[in-house]
Amino acid sequence: MTRAARPGPGLASTGPASTSLAGTGQLTRLALRRDRIALPASVYVIVALVAATAQAFKKLYPTAAGRAALAATGESNPALRFLYGRLYGDSIGSLTTWRYGIWAGIFAALVAIFVVVRHTRTDEEAGRLELVGSAVVGRDAALVAALITAIAPILAVALLLWVALPLIGLPAAGSAALALGIGACGLAFTGIAAVAAQLTSSARAARGIALAVLGLAFVLRGVGDAAGAGGLSWLSWASPLAWIQLAQPFAAERWWVLLLPLAAFALGVFLAFELAARRDLGAGLLPDRPGRATASRLLSGPFGLAWRLQRAALAGWVTGYAFTFAASGAAAQGIGQLFGTSSALQREFSRIGGQAAIVNAYLAALMLLAGLVAAAYATSAVLRLRGEETEGRAEPVLATRTGRIRWALSHIVVAVAGAALLLAVAGVAAGLGYGLRAGSAGTEVTRMLGAALAQLPASLALAAVAVLLFGLVPEAAVPGAWTAVGLVVAIALFGEVLQVSHWVLDISPFTQTPRLPGGTVSAEPLLWLCLAALAFSVIGLVGLRRRDIG
Amino acid sequence: MANASEANASEARAANAIEAPAANAIEVRGLRKSFGRTTALDGLDLTVRTGEVHAFLGPNGAGKTTTIRILLGLLRKDGGEALLLGGDPWRDATTLHTRLAYVPGDVTLWPSLTGGEIIDLLARLRGRRDGIDAKRRQALIERFDLDPSKKARAYSKGNRQKVALVAALASDAELLLLDEPTAGLDPLMEAAFRECVNTERHDGRTIVLSSHILSEAEALADRVTIIRDGQAVETGTLAEMRHLTRNFVDAELVAPVSFEGVPGVHDLDVRDSRVRCQVDHAALNDVLARLTTAGVRSLTCRPPTLEELFLRHYSSERSTAGAPR
Repeated sequence: MTRAARPGPGLASTGPASTSLAGTGQLTRLALRRDRIALPASVYVIVALVAATAQAFKKLYPTAAGRAALAATGESNPALRFLYGRLYGDSIGSLTTWRYGIWAGIFAALVAIFVVVRHTRTDEEAGRLELVGSAVVGRDAALVAALITAIAPILAVALLLWVALPLIGLPAAGSAALALGIGACGLAFTGIAAVAAQLTSSARAARGIALAVLGLAFVLRGVGDAAGAGGLSWLSWASPLAWIQLAQPFAAERWWVLLLPLAAFALGVFLAFELAARRDLGAGLLPDRPGRATASRLLSGPFGLAWRLQRAALAGWVTGYAFTFAASGAAAQGIGQLFGTSSALQREFSRIGGQAAIVNAYLAALMLLAGLVAAAYATSAVLRLRGEETEGRAEPVLATRTGRIRWALSHIVVAVAGAALLLAVAGVAAGLGYGLRAGSAGTEVTRMLGAALAQLPASLALAAVAVLLFGLVPEAAVPGAWTAVGLVVAIALFGEVLQVSHWVLDISPFTQTPRLPGGTVSAEPLLWLCLAALAFSVIGLVGLRRRDIG
Repeated sequence: MANASEANASEARAANAIEAPAANAIEVRGLRKSFGRTTALDGLDLTVRTGEVHAFLGPNGAGKTTTIRILLGLLRKDGGEALLLGGDPWRDATTLHTRLAYVPGDVTLWPSLTGGEIIDLLARLRGRRDGIDAKRRQALIERFDLDPSKKARAYSKGNRQKVALVAALASDAELLLLDEPTAGLDPLMEAAFRECVNTERHDGRTIVLSSHILSEAEALADRVTIIRDGQAVETGTLAEMRHLTRNFVDAELVAPVSFEGVPGVHDLDVRDSRVRCQVDHAALNDVLARLTTAGVRSLTCRPPTLEELFLRHYSSERSTAGAPR
């Protein structure tokens, strides 16, 4: 393989130009400069959340008995195991690892995925890498620079946690294991994202692939962890997210587990460079096939266009939802039959309502997750509008007889219908998965479909925030809408255990949503959420009518 | 004017479409627009007559695209008046848009759609239910040598430009707004574009093309507006503009002759019997008489190119002498 570019005679004096890595330093500095706000912010958020969780546990559960009770709940409730993972021990460190370990890993993975794709495939698709590549820049420089840019914040997270957790009073060894576990998880997804960025010629698709792997990793370990010590628990070992807890920080500290994500990182990076060497700039591994020379009947207006632009992504989401919730639903059967031994667990078990209630709580947690992720989907579908605007693709559409409102509605309709479809798929899949094993598929499907669709108003209310921002403050629409989503996810997952004030909890539309199945339904909050979504959207659209485009 | 009858014809057509008489396809008076602290347009005037090809000239950042985007109702004007096809470009945007086709300066297309799909889509978005005149579409695709089954992702800049041009030219819009339409086209395609514009001209369409490529404007435009720092500094036909400016004279004479102190002669350069100078239009006759008296061996006298007109407005020290407004 001859990847190293031969330096031209005029370039010999520049020294490092003779390697395929020439220019890596400049590219890295450029990338770090472009992300100078986002990277420190995400490092801060991850570290602060972990540290705040540890601090909160320390304050809220000062006695060993209190912690043991919480640990018993955590270990006995499969819904909690699905969302947060396994619990090893009942020290503050163990509780922190349980409650936040996997989610810190998810956030680190998200940072890795977005940074790597942004500085490889996005730049390549936009033609910026071409500009850079024509300068004295080696063939591998961009990928190496992107990797460094992704690794830097992940290392920062690991180091800061390593230092910060002992300061809160956690044991040093456990702190190191948790910090390194979270960092290594980020590295594993850095490798995965680097491979994904080589596969397709579109950055959107590359991100989609990497995010799909992340989702799969979450579900694998969710099902494995929810199964507890049962038959499916081996599934957790297949997930990089689970490795953080499987290393058992603050308990047994199995250091060798941390080698798994490091190996995944090394393998991913190796594969990425191999793939990069085998393709042309701008191309994916799969060649672009020619398409239709004329437009189909469907592609005849703004709505046809929006559907065409979003259908591939939606298909991916639907597939992911179907698998995730069928598998997670199937895991509900058999839950609650596992706690024979510990009397503390038995007591806790009956306190929270016995098997039927536990299964319902588990299924309700699944539906909450379905609602949160559907909100994220709907937000991304709405923000497509902003993407179209900044990329200059709104302009040719708006220069036709298509008005702004119709154009905006075309994508909003996809967002609303897509979120509804996703939730319906979640309900039906979970109902089938659980019902077929429990022998009551018919009733379970209807019950779960209702439970899933009850999440829709909350999901739409959140997506309507994106419409509002898009209409009123377009520059802030993307960061603002995602901050809102992140806030709501954080409230839903961590709000109650951290005992934040009720005022904060009430901001989240999902706090207003009944816990289904099992909870009591009242139409009133759902109606209010629908009205809020409508009001936000109308205000956003009025703003859009009055502002400049572009 | 050669195309007066066509102008009248399309005027009549426009008058049928809406009540407002549209002798002028575009009328802009004192248009102002700023983005934060930068002033993009500072009292711009622009008149485009129905049926003419109008070149809108200026360097990058002069305000050409901002003007077009206001005319399209994408941007809201801060002040002044703008009339497009007799309507308000902001308020009546969607109805006006059924009558125009637009090619943006920086054409970005949907990467996952093919060129052919985009051409059809834009035609349908413009309001043709049945899509597009298939024969015209095919002819244009062949003329521009475009592969319509390729995904937009795989197109070069020039090919993206062609997709937008074919979509606009294949439409039956009465007004074409083309923002730097030939940027990215190779010379062959540029020639094809000029041919198309000349065909359209005979069909009585109004065409506005913004450009900084002067030869293009010189070859195509009936009238020209030159804009600088958000203001129109000159407007009219090329003939009028030249009329108001100096001719270049370069003569080889039998005997030396003195032009010192002759009114209307500028940038005089005399070397032995060779005379080079710029001459005001009014002084031309007088200068030629003096030259022939001395005896002419060879003589070149030419009007300024558009380039020279242009440079005069953009040279760092703008000469105010004879700058017509």
